[in-house]
Amino acid sequence: MNIYVIIPAYNEEKRIWQVLKDLSFLPYQVVVVDDASTDQTVAVVRPFPVTLLRHKINRDQGAALQTGNQYALEQGADIIVHFDADGQFVATEIEEMIAPIVSGHYDVVFGSRFLGKHSKMPWLKKSVILPIARLVNKIVLHIELTDPQNGFRVLSRKAAQQISIEQDGKAHCSEIIAKAFGQGLKVKEVPVTVIYHHFGQGFGDGWRILKDLLLSKIVK
Amino acid sequence: MFLQIIITLFVVIILFKLFKQKQNNKISLGGFIVWCLLWLAILVVFWQPETTSYLANLLGVGRGADLIVYISIVVIFYILFKVSVRLNKIDAEITKLVREDAIKHVEKR
Repeated sequence: MNIYVIIPAYNEEKRIWQVLKDLSFLPYQVVVVDDASTDQTVAVVRPFPVTLLRHKINRDQGAALQTGNQYALEQGADIIVHFDADGQFVATEIEEMIAPIVSGHYDVVFGSRFLGKHSKMPWLKKSVILPIARLVNKIVLHIELTDPQNGFRVLSRKAAQQISIEQDGKAHCSEIIAKAFGQGLKVKEVPVTVIYHHFGQGFGDGWRILKDLLLSKIVK
Repeated sequence: MFLQIIITLFVVIILFKLFKQKQNNKISLGGFIVWCLLWLAILVVFWQPETTSYLANLLGVGRGADLIVYISIVVIFYILFKVSVRLNKIDAEITKLVREDAIKHVEKR
């Protein structure tokens, strides 16, 4: 099976080395999509046996993921894993994440921080931001997932072909969830560990996501 | 009188530019007509302000000045919406170009 791990990276020179090192022991094709980093990310990535795709101008995370998806599909990927460049996910958990798709029972797997595994989440995020995000997903998208904003996800070939990410920004997370459910794909949540090095998305990002989602509903 | 002459000159210049744009096929016929009518209406309002009061009474709005404000707000919002749609489209096109370029110049190890 051709399993591709897509890593969108923007100014991750400090953390991506460890991520790629951890992945180098695993049997996956790794594709790093550099989103026009202004630091040494590309120089850090180059020595590793990975595929490097470079955006000439910064298009944000959603756009980078779709670039990776498109490339992996062209290369005949059977399974596509979305993985962060900042070391917040655990590489060995990819095996548990892809298992439901390998078994053929599911098309999309979302990682969840709320299904048992212990993640040291900042209080504000756990008790305020994510519950609000969950509520927004429920109201705007009519979808209930335990973890509404998790970047660790796996798509089958069929799912990656059907889900074209059009939200270049952070709203891609909600977009993928909405499209997975909207297109009747078989979805499963799997517990994952998230290691927090920094806060990640805060209220400002939350507003931007909401604005992008609403705007896309009006414009389309 | 002075302001009216200035505005007239301004509108004439804009109409001339619109006409040139139409000649060079840079604007659709519909767009050309709408913009011409809009600028001609502005000209009429400046030379014959009472027309706005007449229209306002016709539409049930108190004063001519109020009518102009209402119409202006609607037009501005419409233009803002059009610009935002166009920007989104350009954004999507840029992303597509950047993506194609990235895949074309792939670096494999």
